[in-house]
Amino acid sequence: MKQVLAVLTVVAVIVLFWYGSCIPMNIKGALTELERDGAEVQPPKASARRDLGEFGLVLNNAFAIPATWDQKKPRLPSPHQVTIELWETTIQKKITSKRSLIYHGWVTLSATMLGFVIGTGLGVLLAVGIVHSRVMDLSVMPWAIVSQTIPIIALAPMIIVVLYSVGVQGIIPKAIISAYLSFFPVVVGMVKGLRSPDAMQLDLLRTYNASRSQGFWKLRLPASMPYLFASLKIGIAASLVGAIVGELPTGAVAGLGARLLAGSYYGQTVQIWSALFAAAILAACLVGLLGLIEKSVLRRMGMAQ
Amino acid sequence: MNTESTTRPVIEAQQLDLTFQTNDGPIHALKDVNLTIDRGDFVSFIGPSGCGKTTFLRCIAALEKPTGGTLTVNGMTPDEARRKRAYGYVFQAAGLYPWRTIAKNIKLPLEIMGYSASEQEERVSKVLELVDLKGFGGKFPWQLSGGMQQRASIARALAFDADILLMDEPFGALDEIVRDHLNEQLLALWDRTGKTIGFVTHSIPEAVYLSTKIVVMSPRPGRITDVIDSPLPRERPLDIRDSAEFIDVAHRVREGLRAGHGDDV
Repeated sequence: MKQVLAVLTVVAVIVLFWYGSCIPMNIKGALTELERDGAEVQPPKASARRDLGEFGLVLNNAFAIPATWDQKKPRLPSPHQVTIELWETTIQKKITSKRSLIYHGWVTLSATMLGFVIGTGLGVLLAVGIVHSRVMDLSVMPWAIVSQTIPIIALAPMIIVVLYSVGVQGIIPKAIISAYLSFFPVVVGMVKGLRSPDAMQLDLLRTYNASRSQGFWKLRLPASMPYLFASLKIGIAASLVGAIVGELPTGAVAGLGARLLAGSYYGQTVQIWSALFAAAILAACLVGLLGLIEKSVLRRMGMAQ
Repeated sequence: MNTESTTRPVIEAQQLDLTFQTNDGPIHALKDVNLTIDRGDFVSFIGPSGCGKTTFLRCIAALEKPTGGTLTVNGMTPDEARRKRAYGYVFQAAGLYPWRTIAKNIKLPLEIMGYSASEQEERVSKVLELVDLKGFGGKFPWQLSGGMQQRASIARALAFDADILLMDEPFGALDEIVRDHLNEQLLALWDRTGKTIGFVTHSIPEAVYLSTKIVVMSPRPGRITDVIDSPLPRERPLDIRDSAEFIDVAHRVREGLRAGHGDDV
């Protein structure tokens, strides 16, 4: 009960701050619209209003405050505008509609999942190689780190163009960008996890004359599970970002990224914000789902007490 | 088993030397160690930290490689003996896998050595009984006390047919009462299985109570200062520790430890 109260308090503070921010952000636009509709605006001259600044305008035109929360194309849409847009484009639209966020979310999600699977597989393979081979440790790890220092926003169009020129398009290029972002946390986490057994446990296997593969399957792999799940949670969020970024340069056909891009072309801030929220909700669901899987797997392994 | 293998020493060290190369220069962990351990012996290694007692045990287990001298285990090099799974090793910490139940932990060496599933079951129930943990096979390690965990790790070392048991301060982290109890059980177990046991300890009473042979060691460089063949009988109730013989042996061990320290204490 106490926790629920705390969570609700934080949400309330955020919503209040958001509504508050809408007022100075949108006041200029709101006053212009009101004046056009025949309202008295202080000061009356547009040039004087420009010099006054947002807070001065708010003080002089308190009556316009409600209008800042209900503009058609606000600079900053208010919480209820975003909520209504989210409601209308998810629940009230058929999911086959091009305006349905569920449809766009699914397009992004499928690329995210494919990329996540590729990235995780690649990450685990690289980690196994790095742990078992000193040469790989020295040669692969630096490149893995360097790969993450390049801004994905710069790399994404190149990946798409290069793949398009060899005839690969659709979900695959997006998934590859997703994989590019998600393999890294998996490599780092798995290397740490596979190396987590201490010297004593390795000595124990040596006294049994266990082979390397037995050491891997019976000791290193199970010991790495908690590390793997921590990495997967980061990896899947990164994967979603990758898919969205991958949608931006594709000419905006479908997907949450396409929704973002289309919204910014036409100044549809409400649409941008609702797509942003859809992406955030999707990410939260994915991470939450992984958390549940983690809990059940670790409990079955006897590692969650 | 032919007569030769029964009369030959199980472990024989001659002029054994081990020097570790560290950043602060070489460390002489073992110097000129000569020791013979016969079949069925219970040998304790006692001495202050850094005297090489654990290092010597690890040399027998082929976890360290001596830099000089000869060492044979069952007439083979330690590494050959390791490959033949000649010994079970019990570490200072139980080191059970948290993701395996007690029974599955004991099965670990059996799985690695390729025992059949039915054989595994049979052996697990046998050793669980041997260490008095019957009925705990399905528990996870964190559900057991420290003493029970250490018993499970002994069971794990007994599960396969090694006739040597090497124990590196197995009860060091346990309290006195649990320790007494486990010592008593260990003696009973040794009596029943006839294994050769190498046992590293810090504790004089523990060493005297358990051993047929006590090896007193001293540091810098790690060496043997005294080897005492215990006059105590094989049957040892806990109150043997109040007997005159016991106190005599303990006294001699203490003297040996003091002599080994020389003038640096």
